[in-house]
Amino acid sequence: MKIAVCLKQVPARDTVLRVNADGTWIQETDINFEVNEPDTYALEEALRLKESQGAEVVVCSLGPARAQQAIKEALAKGADRALHLDDTAFHRLDAYGVARVMAKALEPENPDLVVTGLQSDDFGFGQTGVILAEALGRPHATIIMEIQVTTGGIRVKRELESGWFQWIEMSLPALLTIQSGISKPRYATLKGIMAAKNKTIRKLGLADLQLSEKEIAPRQKIIKIYPPAMSAKTEFFTGNPGEIAAKLVDKLKNEARVL
Amino acid sequence: MYEVLCFAEHQEGKLARSTLEACAAGQRLARDLGGSAGAVILGSAISSLASELASLDLESVLVVDSPDLRVYTPDGYALSLQAVVEQLHPRFVLFGHTYLARDLAPKLAATLERGFISDCLDYRCEGERCIFVRQLFQGKFCADVEPQGEPPHLVSFQAGSFREDSVARSTSPAPVKAVAVEIPTAAIRTKPGELFREARQSVDLTQAEVIVAAGRGIRAAENLELVRKLAEALGGELGASRPICDGGWLPMDRQIGSSGQTVAPKLYVAVGISGAIQHQVGMKGSRTIVAINKDADAPIFEIASYGIVGDLFEVVPPLIEEIKKAKA
Ligand SMILES: Cc1cc2nc3c(=O)[nH]c(=O)nc-3n(C[C@H](O)[C@H](O)[C@H](O)COP(=O)(O)OP(=O)(O)OC[C@H]3O[C@@H](n4cnc5c(N)ncnc54)[C@H](O)[C@@H]3O)c2cc1C
Ligand SMILES: Nc1ncnc2c1ncn2[C@@H]1O[C@H](COP(=O)(O)O)[C@@H](O)[C@H]1O
Repeated sequence: MKIAVCLKQVPARDTVLRVNADGTWIQETDINFEVNEPDTYALEEALRLKESQGAEVVVCSLGPARAQQAIKEALAKGADRALHLDDTAFHRLDAYGVARVMAKALEPENPDLVVTGLQSDDFGFGQTGVILAEALGRPHATIIMEIQVTTGGIRVKRELESGWFQWIEMSLPALLTIQSGISKPRYATLKGIMAAKNKTIRKLGLADLQLSEKEIAPRQKIIKIYPPAMSAKTEFFTGNPGEIAAKLVDKLKNEARVL
Repeated sequence: MYEVLCFAEHQEGKLARSTLEACAAGQRLARDLGGSAGAVILGSAISSLASELASLDLESVLVVDSPDLRVYTPDGYALSLQAVVEQLHPRFVLFGHTYLARDLAPKLAATLERGFISDCLDYRCEGERCIFVRQLFQGKFCADVEPQGEPPHLVSFQAGSFREDSVARSTSPAPVKAVAVEIPTAAIRTKPGELFREARQSVDLTQAEVIVAAGRGIRAAENLELVRKLAEALGGELGASRPICDGGWLPMDRQIGSSGQTVAPKLYVAVGISGAIQHQVGMKGSRTIVAINKDADAPIFEIASYGIVGDLFEVVPPLIEEIKKAKA
């Protein structure tokens, strides 16, 4: 079996983000990046299938040079090799463009299973995986919480609203988008980190993929980004922790009347 | 002219709330664009749902009624919806941002080679231009987004962005038009099973008057104790954001949010929770919300009644003492 994992590098959760000079994105200098959270779960599922079924795990990441850090982390955890899609033409693609580029890169690989995260923490499109499935001509299932391999294909548990679930059967090849919490992602071992040094990362650009810029032209464009408006009604308490506690308790008792 | 097509979702023989919200958004958008809005409904034996939909103020209701659409499959639904869209040529196709729309809309967008602006909060029209507002970075920023290229453009709206009761109704029903779509058996490549819930739902947080919820800000499982003590002092139940349950620190039935429980206690205390929309939808109906977070820009403060910007490990212990004093 061959499994492709789409994995994206995003700004770390605890970094302070600032709007850039032209107001269309955040300042990317001097911030930390990490692997998009659901994607670490997608990778974990691929590695578990590799251990239980035998598989080659190929990581696919689109991003600038810094994305190599995310790729190396995945290789250190046990992925076998990687495709790094890096070209200035790929900057600021929308979900449609990213999926089209990844489809071109993955077509010749012909993986039995493609796994992606369900949503990115930065753009939060929640659609790249599904578009990729369509571009590769494969069936998909989204927001998956369990994967079972059956004789004819796979059986997956799809999460639905408010604690509901559903099992879905499908044959391979297929694409799944993985939900956080499906399993406990592993850490890279020292041995894994050493082994990763000999694994190949293949860099691919627009020309290698025989794509035109027109084919990946954005379908949506960010005009401006800005902090959300805070509702004026929030009452903030300041002071030392003891003073804050006293003020809050007073409000809870006398104003909100919940004590 | 047909400007907006609204997608109607339904469960257990009822129109979903997302349907009315999508129609409310669609009616407004169509008016702004000087055109009309219609709705499309897919399923099997759905004539009564179609007539219910037709009571809304819509240009028409398009129906694809087929045994092959009895249960949702992305293939069956996308094929049917594509046929309707290609017949009507709307400028916008609107969805509520539900789990079904997440599964379906990107597929349809890819087939049509069009864009899908997902999970929007609002929109505005500036002359011919339509600009949609959506969140970035889990709600830390908003973005104005403009569709590019040829229509149709697909758009989904976050639950609650438009009020279901703002949907306009009509005294004379809208015409219901059947659209015949051939769905070859081989076209449906996934086999869905029945919906189910995990059996072990042992706590019912919906009845709690006070809930104290822990988020990833608590950093380690052993720090749950601190939050538990706060809950005890307040005589409330312990709840959590998803990552706490994902990590196995608390069982799933303590999870609050779109994939957990929806609660509306008198008092909700969010400790170290950022306030991502999927968490907010599960608790924003609470009467009084207290948020404790070290990041002043955390989205949870957008809905908090009382806010404390600070380190929870410094703030919570004196708070427990103060509550005990007040209750004594
Ligand atoms: C389809 C889908 C369904 C989902 N369903 C749910 C759901 O049902 N429920 C849910 O909760 N989430 C759900 N999520 C996940 C959701 O998007 C967020 O990722 C999640 O709610 C974040 O949890 P958090 O706030 O605990 O963690 P984070 O977002 O990591 O926030 C941690 C917060 O703690 C603060 N903090 C850190 N240290 C301290 C300190 N010492 N003192 C004070 N504050 C501190 C930080 O400033 C930060 O704001 C879902 C996501 C998707 C895509
Ligand atoms: N630049 C990228 N490189 C690799 N994978 C990506 C990229 N962008 C999105 N993905 C994958 O698509 C999923 C959904 O992303 P999005 O549609 O942006 O919410 C992510 O969780 C990743 O698995």
